[in-house]
Amino acid sequence: MEYKMFLIKYAEIGTKGKNRYVFEEIMCKRMRALLKRQGSFEVKREYGRIFVEARSEYDYDDVISALQKVFGVVGICPVVVVEDTAFENIAKALVEYVDNEFAHKDFTFKSHAKRVNKSYPMSSMELNCEIGAVLLDKYPELSVDVHNPEIMINVEVRDVAYIYSKTIPGPGGLPVGTNGKGMTLLSGGIDSPVAAYMIAKRGVELEAVYFHAPPYTSERAKQKVIDLGNLVAQYSGPIKLHIVNFTDVQLAIYDNCPHDELTIIMKRVFYKMAQDLALANDCQCIITGESIGQVSSQTVQSLSVIDLAADKLPVMRPCIGMDKQEIIDLSEKIGTYETSIQPYEDCCTTFVAKHPVTRPKLDKILESEQALVGKIEELYQKAMDSVEVVICK
Amino acid sequence: MEVYFDNAATTRVYPEVKELMIKLLEDDYGNPSSLHMKGVEAEKYIKEATKQIATELKCQEKEIVFTSGGTEANNFALIGGAMAHRRAGKHIITTNIEHASVSATLEFLVKEGYEVTFVGVDEKGIINLDELKASLRDDTILVSVMYVNNEIGSIQPIEEISKLVKAYNPQILLHVDAVQAFGKLRFTPKKLGVDLLSISGHKFHGPKGVGALYIKDKTLIRPTMYGGGQQKNMRSGTENVPAIAGMGLAAKLMYGNHESKMEHVRNLKDTFIDRVTKLENVFDNSGEAPHIASITFVGIRSEVMLHALEDKGIYVSSGSACSSNKANVSGVLKAINLPKERLESTLRFSFCETNTLEEIEYTLKCIEEILPVFRRYIRK
Repeated sequence: MEYKMFLIKYAEIGTKGKNRYVFEEIMCKRMRALLKRQGSFEVKREYGRIFVEARSEYDYDDVISALQKVFGVVGICPVVVVEDTAFENIAKALVEYVDNEFAHKDFTFKSHAKRVNKSYPMSSMELNCEIGAVLLDKYPELSVDVHNPEIMINVEVRDVAYIYSKTIPGPGGLPVGTNGKGMTLLSGGIDSPVAAYMIAKRGVELEAVYFHAPPYTSERAKQKVIDLGNLVAQYSGPIKLHIVNFTDVQLAIYDNCPHDELTIIMKRVFYKMAQDLALANDCQCIITGESIGQVSSQTVQSLSVIDLAADKLPVMRPCIGMDKQEIIDLSEKIGTYETSIQPYEDCCTTFVAKHPVTRPKLDKILESEQALVGKIEELYQKAMDSVEVVICK
Repeated sequence: MEVYFDNAATTRVYPEVKELMIKLLEDDYGNPSSLHMKGVEAEKYIKEATKQIATELKCQEKEIVFTSGGTEANNFALIGGAMAHRRAGKHIITTNIEHASVSATLEFLVKEGYEVTFVGVDEKGIINLDELKASLRDDTILVSVMYVNNEIGSIQPIEEISKLVKAYNPQILLHVDAVQAFGKLRFTPKKLGVDLLSISGHKFHGPKGVGALYIKDKTLIRPTMYGGGQQKNMRSGTENVPAIAGMGLAAKLMYGNHESKMEHVRNLKDTFIDRVTKLENVFDNSGEAPHIASITFVGIRSEVMLHALEDKGIYVSSGSACSSNKANVSGVLKAINLPKERLESTLRFSFCETNTLEEIEYTLKCIEEILPVFRRYIRK
């Protein structure tokens, strides 16, 4: 059965008062952008609802999967459109619809008819009765349950008639662009794309930063991060990815600081650089994929010391309470896992102490960082001045 | 300066080969199986390429079957050979330094009920002949040994291996993966005493996606590709005419003035090894092949060194990857018993006729610069 139309359900944005129009429009724009590759579609808002109408041939699964990438969408209902609203036509389409849509015709249902076109000769009540009669007549194993139906059969009569019942879940969340902008630290691992996804889901536009350390990290590792950026951008929309050449700063840290503190001090510099980039690009927060206790630099003690390096912006860590497996599950769901586990491992382990501190003290770290004063500033500035920008989309 | 020292990975095609291939793509694009003139024309190119390869191998033209490359040639030889002889037995012998297109194919055959014995090599990467002799059994049907090792360039004594195997049982098939040997060494399958021999186009300035298997006349082998019956039913599928013609021409060009070319390549290799090993804690693991130098830079991980050289425009290969990625540690370097720290710090430099001494000098200069810088940064 070919559906000419999809009804888009959204929940939270309906509650946003007079901003609602803005929110809806942002969501529609995102849908239009994603549907462009799928054929000719019209995305329209009418009677307080959003409809996607197909104007050309399309692949059903691909279109659903595209719509499932639009944050704000709670459900997608494939709609059968009946051009001629004479009741016998609606009845015929209904019978066909049930035949196609349900393998077993032994469910309980309720007819929910709506007459938008008030000049239609039957009232909503009459429509409900007739619809029930038609279906029960054709499929005697069906039964009506008006209080707790398994299936709600919706029929809307306008200048044409709509039939729908099934709702395919969308990703939920809020349309990207309705909630400010964040700077994500992308590492090429499993966690950071998941963190970026989760924050984008709440309507936050994304930029990203990757710290590249050639020749310790390879061109392929960098490409992998760009690939991950492209995957997340399928949900979030285009991501401006800032690639920082970190090698010289890294070597300066190695040369001047205690080895067991290298990772902590390095991550503090990551945060500082991310904050500089965030402020320069109108981002209001920093986003990381950290999760408590996953590695030595993610103990609560380590996080508390690293966190203070970003002194002007909050750091959002949506994976903070998730287990590794939970993060993996989500990365598989959003489609970043396969890319994250590609084995272009970098040789950055050169800069990871064999026995790193797990309970750093802020005083001690600040003291160690004193050794960088006068040595790192120029390198820091040089790294920030030579940032390479890639647009992931 | 751009220096390409990764010629064992692949080579640039000869300009003449490129021209010929363009002509075939643009003008003589017929299907050799077509009955009309365009088809006959295309078939002529296949015949010419067959002749060119057969001339260099000093074999009969009917003994050449074209494949999609070295990997397919090795698969064909091992799977096709093993299946055709399975009534005589299911035992296969190989070495523990083979290319993955041999070792992974044998792994597949093990799953299919065959038994494989892996013979070890000495610290120079040369097969242990006593061990090979002891491994031969009544049910042995196939022996597969590579001619030139792709990572260290050791050369196997194929003639001796053949004598030993055939003396035990002349029915045993001997397959040689000659992908790194063809174009570098002068040899003929007949003199070596082998039944099956694989070559690959892109290792000697021909195109990628084409190779050939030499199948000694009257050798029993089963096809592994079925379809339209091309190449006398031995390998179905429309022939990749431009690539086959390109490979044929490349073979002819490669073996033209061959001695002086190889003298030049060997000189590059020897000069490089001689000079680079004078640096502190730099070691040579290379075999006798003229074009491959395997060099260990103690204290620098191979990937880091590779990318540091890349930064200077010099392209080489790493024999192994970071230990953080253990699956990739080279089996060949392990097989020749390199100590652990050398396994992680070995690079392959592979040369061709168009490389120059000037490039060697430049590379040596860069290595001298790189070594002290990167040796400072070790994991503590």
